[in-house]
Formats: sequence, structure tokens, C-alpha cells
Amino acid sequence: MNKSFGFRGIHPEDYKHLTNKKAIENTDVPNVVYIPTIQHIGAPPKIVVNVGQIVEEGQLIAEADGFISANVHSSIPGKVIAIEERYITTGKKSPVIVIELNGEFKKTGRNIILDDWHSMSKEALLKKIKDYGIVGLGGATFPTHVKLTIPQGKKVDTLIINGAECEPFLTCDHRLMIEKSEELLEGINILNKILDVKNIFIGIEANKKDAIKRLKILTHNKYPFKVVSLKTKYPQGDEKQLIKAITGRIVPVDKLPMDVGVVVQNVSTVIAIKEAIVNDKPLIDRVITVSGSGIKEPKNLKVKIGTLIKDVIEECSGFKKEVKKVIVGGPMMGFTQMNLDSPITKGCSGILVWTENEYQDFLANSICINCGKCISSCAFGLMPTLINKFIRNKLYEKALDYGIMFCKECGACAYSCPAKIPLVQTFRMGKDIIRKLILNKK
Amino acid sequence: MDNKIEIKKLIISSSPHLLNTDSTKSIMWTVSIFLMPACIFGIYVFGLYAGLVVLVSIISSILAEIISQLARKKKITIDDGSAFLTGLLLGMNMPPSVPLYIPIISSIFAIVIVKQAFGGLGQNWANPAIAGRVFALVAWSKQMTTWQTPFVADSLTTATPLLALKSALLERGGNVNIGPIQLLQSLPSDFLRTETTYLKLFFGYKGGCIGEISIFLLLLAALYLIIRKIITLEIPLSYIGTVAIIAWVFDGTRFGLGFFNGDPLFHILTGGLVLGAFFMATDMVTTPITVKGRIIFGIGCGIITMLIRMFGGLPEGVSLSILFMNMLTPAIDRFIKIKPLGFYPKKE
Repeated sequence: MNKSFGFRGIHPEDYKHLTNKKAIENTDVPNVVYIPTIQHIGAPPKIVVNVGQIVEEGQLIAEADGFISANVHSSIPGKVIAIEERYITTGKKSPVIVIELNGEFKKTGRNIILDDWHSMSKEALLKKIKDYGIVGLGGATFPTHVKLTIPQGKKVDTLIINGAECEPFLTCDHRLMIEKSEELLEGINILNKILDVKNIFIGIEANKKDAIKRLKILTHNKYPFKVVSLKTKYPQGDEKQLIKAITGRIVPVDKLPMDVGVVVQNVSTVIAIKEAIVNDKPLIDRVITVSGSGIKEPKNLKVKIGTLIKDVIEECSGFKKEVKKVIVGGPMMGFTQMNLDSPITKGCSGILVWTENEYQDFLANSICINCGKCISSCAFGLMPTLINKFIRNKLYEKALDYGIMFCKECGACAYSCPAKIPLVQTFRMGKDIIRKLILNKK
Repeated sequence: MDNKIEIKKLIISSSPHLLNTDSTKSIMWTVSIFLMPACIFGIYVFGLYAGLVVLVSIISSILAEIISQLARKKKITIDDGSAFLTGLLLGMNMPPSVPLYIPIISSIFAIVIVKQAFGGLGQNWANPAIAGRVFALVAWSKQMTTWQTPFVADSLTTATPLLALKSALLERGGNVNIGPIQLLQSLPSDFLRTETTYLKLFFGYKGGCIGEISIFLLLLAALYLIIRKIITLEIPLSYIGTVAIIAWVFDGTRFGLGFFNGDPLFHILTGGLVLGAFFMATDMVTTPITVKGRIIFGIGCGIITMLIRMFGGLPEGVSLSILFMNMLTPAIDRFIKIKPLGFYPKKE
């Protein structure tokens, strides 16, 4: 029986067949990388290199500023040729450290194995995770060491590994679970050493049968991990929905998962943690899915952080047809790109190249017919149609009353709307206004 | 390929980028198409004049929509299928031999007064087809309760099962000590005596409105629309369920059979209950937006329908009950709120 978070949610077509059988490939090393300093949620880090400086692969180039922040490392050896402002994939601007390839790789291609992590203390492991710039790779990019630091007085008894990958098109976590399952399991052991939990679950959506089977075989009688098959449904991979589906616990609206004793980590993040601790490698590359009908060869690629989108597309033999949209991330929560000159960051899980095959006109909206489909799709129990009407009529207090700030912007409401009303888009705007007008005053 | 050319054409938008393929238009047209078999069956049973009634009703709905949108200086939206659906449902809710001016005026009332005067699609306070039918029922009660025997073009004498039942009970003063089916079979009418069986009621060999007689075809269409998630089950189930329970518990008293001896199946198979519950009470615009609200809506419809059928002057109460609950919908939506996931009342 597949577990699920409840009756609500949506069932978009998943398009995963384009890449789910394709093994992860390495990309050519780009001649120049553009590494943004803002790649995570939290304070922007301070740049610690100068123009003209020679850096090694994996060298710290921007240092975390405060606890909720993350280090950034050079993904290639070379020379810093510029420090400039540049648009990143989220549409915002960030300082970018430009490094030209020169010198010898000290991490990539070397088989460094440090076996001594078993003897390391909890604090030493956490420090290494922090030093090596690990952030949540599922898309939220929250610094991992913060999530793993349990404050005094709180008790965590459950660790959930998020392999749901509920966004259509994306298959990078799926491939990682199949190709790097041993690494994943070792990473879970490292996490268990830090957290010391009673239950460990690996939650995987039922459309990844091969991954479920492989992990079940590998864990059988060897590890106390439970592999949980989840119903294929969006947003199954959301932290709070995953916790509800697997443990039945409900995270209060203004609390964190750790308040109900749960820590959730994404599959990619766990593997990055393993590589940091065991292979002594900072977070300088990640696996992304390049897919969509506009790309000649859809692929799963291991990409150096700082590689430009156009170089990744070149790696997949370029465009096939006239391109309408380029999306970084998944189709439900990803960002459209205005050009192909933004670099890949830690939070990019995929590049989707869409032609008229997938493109849908978002401007063709009509009037609300009160069908309530948005309500039955909202996994967070909100009433999108009403909140939309409140925002449009500037009734911000009312929107607040109806829980607009609890919206996770998963986009299920806008997906389900037959009148094609931009619901979640309105909420983004409304949340911004409410933060400025109401919450800041209080 | 030269990337430079492509860059100029990239479209920027806020997520989600994937949308459901169902649209208001596709929903309206799908419902219309799947109502067709039951409608055509009605025309087959009652003759071509019944087809003319439906056709006139559809055309006048569409014309009324065009004219009122022209008058309101709005974009003409007859392609969204809502005016067509209103006309079709109204036509299906007409007795087969009704004079043509009735569907024409009712359509105009439904579209102009009920729908467009309040702001068009999405703003109407009641299901236009229901409001149009109730309007006709009040304005021309004689013509609207004149029925026709299946396959007999000119006979205007046959009553619907519900009407015949009501007058028989009035005549005999209740306490007949037999159920509705047997009572109808005991009447002098040849047609009712031989043709009143559950099976014939189910397949639609009976008097009634053009589109309501074939329960079988209506249920088939509803099944598909439920699978396609165009209509949800909350209202039909709670509506028909309530009717069935009330009929079973209380309706026996009308026949002198006492409590818990009613005939729920008879009530489901007669009148416009199936057409109303699956296709008219599920109109998205005029029903509550939450599941809980819809269940309340359905139960309310069921109670009013049975009150009218058992105690009212009219034989049938489906359209009145839906109209009444339509009017209560804003109140239901105001009071039924959904609790956000993980929400708890703040301690003062």
C-alpha cells in the first residue's frame, strides 16, 4: 500500500520517461565558471578571494556570514579573473566570482577515502558539513548544518530521507538512488551518527519502482532503514506532507519539522554529505536533469557549480526546435530564464527546455466559476479561490485570516484551476504586500 | 543552432508552468455532449416536437446571451458552452408537448435576469436552467404539468408517476395499504397498469420531462463525468441518499404502511431526481466550494425534495429544492471554513 498525505493534491503527468533510464554523465569541465555567492537561504557570505588570485579546486572563496549562511567553494582550479554582479537563475542578482580554468584537479577524479569518520565526534561531523558548504539540494537550499543542529530541549526521533521527487520531469534524485545507493546508505549512517534517531525512513514515490526495489534489497537485514513507497502525487515531496504521509505527524503551521521530532533530508543532500565527510569534497558539483521536448538529448548530468546554462545545453547537443521557455528547477516551482547566461547553483535540480509541445498560455485566464478544485488540490488546507478574491480586492487582513502566509507556493491550485486563474502567482504578490503593510508594523 | 535567436523569444512567467488541460470551456462542452444521449432518448420516446422544444430552448439561450453581452458591452462568450448547456438543460426540463413560447421566455429569463444581470458566468446566484424552469412552472403551471404518453404523439392525458400517485392518494384519502408501484398499477389507466415496473422506470418508459426519463442513460453519462472528475460525488450521493433515507423511513406513512416501509427506489427512479442530482445540483457556480459545504447542500436538497413530494401541492420538488439551496450557498460558504494543515487556535 502506497502511503500518502491525504485526499488532496494533484496528479500532473510526470514526463519522467524522458530521462529516468539515462545514467548520470559527467560534463566537460568548462573553461570559465561563474560562481554566485548567494546560493542558499540566509545571510550572503563574504568573498575571501581577490581578482588575480590563484585558487585550487575546492578552495573556500566565500565564507559564511553568521550561523544561517553557507560557505562557497571554487569548483575548478584556476585564476579569479573577475568579481561581478550577474543575474542568477532565480531572477535576482548576486555577486559572482569568475574563475578561469588553470591547474590541476585535486578532488575530481581522485579516489580520496577517509575511513575515520566513525571515530569523529558529532560536533566535528557537523563542523565539516558546515565548512564544506552543504545546503539542501532539493531546491530550498537551506543550510544543512542548521537543520541538523538540534537546539537544547528538543528531541528528534525520526529521520526521513526524501526521495519523493514529485516534480514532473526531474529524475536526478531517482538516478542517484539507483546509481549511488551505497553512498546514500553510508550518508544516512553519518546522519544517524549526528542525530541518533530511532526510526529512519526513505520515502520514494511509487513511479520509481526500480529505486524502491534496489534500496529494499540493499537495506534488507543490513540496515534498520524502512523504504516507504509513496503514492505518486504532487506535492508529496514537500517536507510537511512527507512527514504526514510517513509518520502521521502534523507539523503545526508556525513550527518546524524538528518540533514534532523529525528531520527531513533530500537524497542529493545526503549523498553530498557523504562525499564531504568520506571523500573530503566540498559541495562543488551536483546532478541535474536536462529535459523537455526542446532539448536534443535529454540527460542526467553531473555539473560543476558555476557552469552556465548554455554550456549545459551544449552538452546535451543543443536545442531541437523553437524554444518557448527555459525553466530552471521543476515545472511546478521552477524559474523561467530570460537568457542562458546564468550559472548553475547548488539549488538547481534541472533545466527544462520547452517548446510549444509543453507550453501553455498562462494569460488565457477567465472568470472564477466557483468549482472548488483549487480547494480540493491544496494539500495545506487553504481556500485559494477566496484568498485570491481577497487579495484582488485589497482585503489583506481577510487574506491573512484565511491563512495566506501558510501557503508554500507549490502551485497545485493554479495547476488545477479550469479558469486558469493565476492563483499562486497572486499569493506571492499578496504575501509580499502583507509582509510590508501589516506584519512589519506589528 | 544559434542560441542568440532563441534568447529573444524566451517567455518569462511565474511558476507553475504546467497547467491542467481541463478548462471552463472543455467542462461545459463535455457535460453538454454527455447529456445528449438522454436528451435524444427523450426525443425518440416523445416525438420530434420534443426535439423542437430543446432546439428552441438552446437557440434562445444563446441569442439571449449574445444580446445581453452586447448590451453590457462585454466580450461575447458563447463559445464557452455555458449558454448552450443552460439551454440544453432547460429544454430537457420541459414537458414534451409544451408550447414553444414557454421555453423561449424561460431561456430569456434564465440568461438575462438570472445570469447576465448579476454579472455573467460565475456570478449567477442560481443555476439559470433551474431558475428558468421554476419560473415557467409558476407562470404557466397548467402547460408545465401537461404530460404525454411515451410513443403516443397526441395523447395529453397521461400523468407522470409522481403526479398520478399524488392524485390517487388525494382521491383515496391515504391509508391504501399498498406501496406506490402497486398503487399505480391499480389505477384505471392502461398505461400505468402495465408499464409501472422498476425496470421500465429505470430505462425511461414513462411520462415526464424530455430529458429526465432515462435514468439509465443519465447514470452512464454521470459515470463518465465522475471518472473525468468533472462532477464530484458529494452532492449526488448526499442528495439521493437523503431522499432514499427519508423515503424509506417516512414515506410509508402516506400509504398507511407505517414507518420504515417506504419505497426509496420508486422515489429515485421517478421525477427529475437523477437529472437534478447529477447534472443540475452539481453546477459549479451555484454550489458550495468545500466538500463539507457540498454535503450540507445535498442533504438540504434531499430534505426539501421529500417535503414537497410528501406534503406539497406539487408532485415534484427537485428544481425548487435546488433553487432554494442555491440561494443558501453563499451562507454555507461563509460558515464552512477549512482549517489549514497544522493550524491550531492561538491561546489568548
